[in-house]
Amino acid sequence: MSPERPIADGIFTWPADDPQLIGSKCADCGMVTFPTQGSCPRCSSTAMDEHLLARRGTLWAWTTQSFPPPAPYAGPTGEDFVPFGVGYVDLGDVKVESRLTENDPEKLTHGMDVELVVVPFRTDEDGNEVVTFAFRPVE
Amino acid sequence: MMDVAIVGTGLHPFGRFADKTAIEMGAFAIRAALADAGVEWKDIEFAFAGSYEVDNPDAVVALLGLTGIPFTDVYNGCATGASALTLAANTIRLGDHRLGIAVGMDKHPPGAFGADPRLYACPSWYGEVGQFVTTKFFGMKINKYMHDYGISARTLARVAAKNYRNGSLNPNAFRRKPLTEDEILGSPYLNYPLTQYMFCAPDEGAAAVILCPAEDAHKYTDNPVYLRATTVRTRRLGAFEVHHPWLPIEQTVGPTVDASRAAYEMAGIGPEDVDVIQLQDTDAGAEVIHLAENGFCADGDQEALIADGATEIDGPLPVNTDGGLIANGEPVGASGLRQVHEIALQLRGRAGDRQVPGNPKVGYTQLYGAPGTAGVSILSV
Repeated sequence: MSPERPIADGIFTWPADDPQLIGSKCADCGMVTFPTQGSCPRCSSTAMDEHLLARRGTLWAWTTQSFPPPAPYAGPTGEDFVPFGVGYVDLGDVKVESRLTENDPEKLTHGMDVELVVVPFRTDEDGNEVVTFAFRPVE
Repeated sequence: MMDVAIVGTGLHPFGRFADKTAIEMGAFAIRAALADAGVEWKDIEFAFAGSYEVDNPDAVVALLGLTGIPFTDVYNGCATGASALTLAANTIRLGDHRLGIAVGMDKHPPGAFGADPRLYACPSWYGEVGQFVTTKFFGMKINKYMHDYGISARTLARVAAKNYRNGSLNPNAFRRKPLTEDEILGSPYLNYPLTQYMFCAPDEGAAAVILCPAEDAHKYTDNPVYLRATTVRTRRLGAFEVHHPWLPIEQTVGPTVDASRAAYEMAGIGPEDVDVIQLQDTDAGAEVIHLAENGFCADGDQEALIADGATEIDGPLPVNTDGGLIANGEPVGASGLRQVHEIALQLRGRAGDRQVPGNPKVGYTQLYGAPGTAGVSILSV
């Protein structure tokens, strides 16, 4: 099995049995962001603490990406491209935009329960399997 | 505040022009506007030029004459045209100059816009995973809006079909072939529920507008158009906007609503007074949402209004009479001034086959785009 690496460091806990997205929380006003950032978009404070996000939430808005995105998209293209779902997931204190494991519009509904998973995304130039985060519908 | 008049407009057709540069199209639009106003390039005292692809659109002076005027280049996303117009109007209001021009020009490669996400305050991985895509945002926004307010896919098809039909009446439009609602609904999904024929495409073109103090207008033309308001606003925290890896739980209205309210207040005109409308129809869903965001109806009323033909050229709320972005495409720098050009034609009674009946007196334009910027103008005769 090829070695795995996350698509970026510091956006989800990895390796982990129950991975969580890593955001920021403003020490002054409580604003939560994803990913982490050093200043608050609500009150402009620079006192931002690391904050792990909930693993389950509800689908707030969604669509499908039915054509290969333009650069800097790094995933499969051409015949290897598989349309994917994408949406905002309401995690209680922030809404995170994410790929969805489901790409069939018939199986996606506003308000459905979803949970975080880490999924294969592509194989990089060094043969590493690059993994990224996604949300999957909860039965 | 000093009233500002538009005394000339010009347009280079929108579409694909393999043997022309953006600068050449800009010069063409400027010459058309000069001829419309009955002035010469040497009479122009200042200029603002908008472009996405051209770093220095003021290079157009090489084709017009190097007269040494203050000439400032502007880029402000899809609201570039509104920004150039606002700055030109404010320059007149400052009293420094009495005759100026706002011009926009662009020449985009085919396909969806691509860019480095870091230039939009987004992380690199957001682009690598395929989420830094403007069309995806528009798909999500209208999908949620349809769910919340009971809008059908058929309504989206009606909007697109209307804009292709209007484009077929416009010799300057890019897409001039009418399409049926079923052809539009049957084209491939790009971002559910939006199909290929519900989207505009980046293309090429240029537009120009000549402005002066209202008190000077009759020196140039018997039928000036008055710029009653022009506003630009950006997103506030909680607005549902393009290129955002996350959103706060709190929600607020988008920048279009803020720009629209400010423009109505500035003009002392309400949506009920508007006779002809230009809205940003990046996709058919955007036109539906923007009808409500600009105060022309309540959320959800679009379903019945559009089915009844209210937004057709002969309806009570004519929208995108020249075919909008769906039929004209979007050369980003020129798009907003194309809207103003069309409103000026309509208010001056010169729109030919697509003329709104009944001598329209008040026109309205709205731009919206990445990364959450909107521009509105209100014009009247």
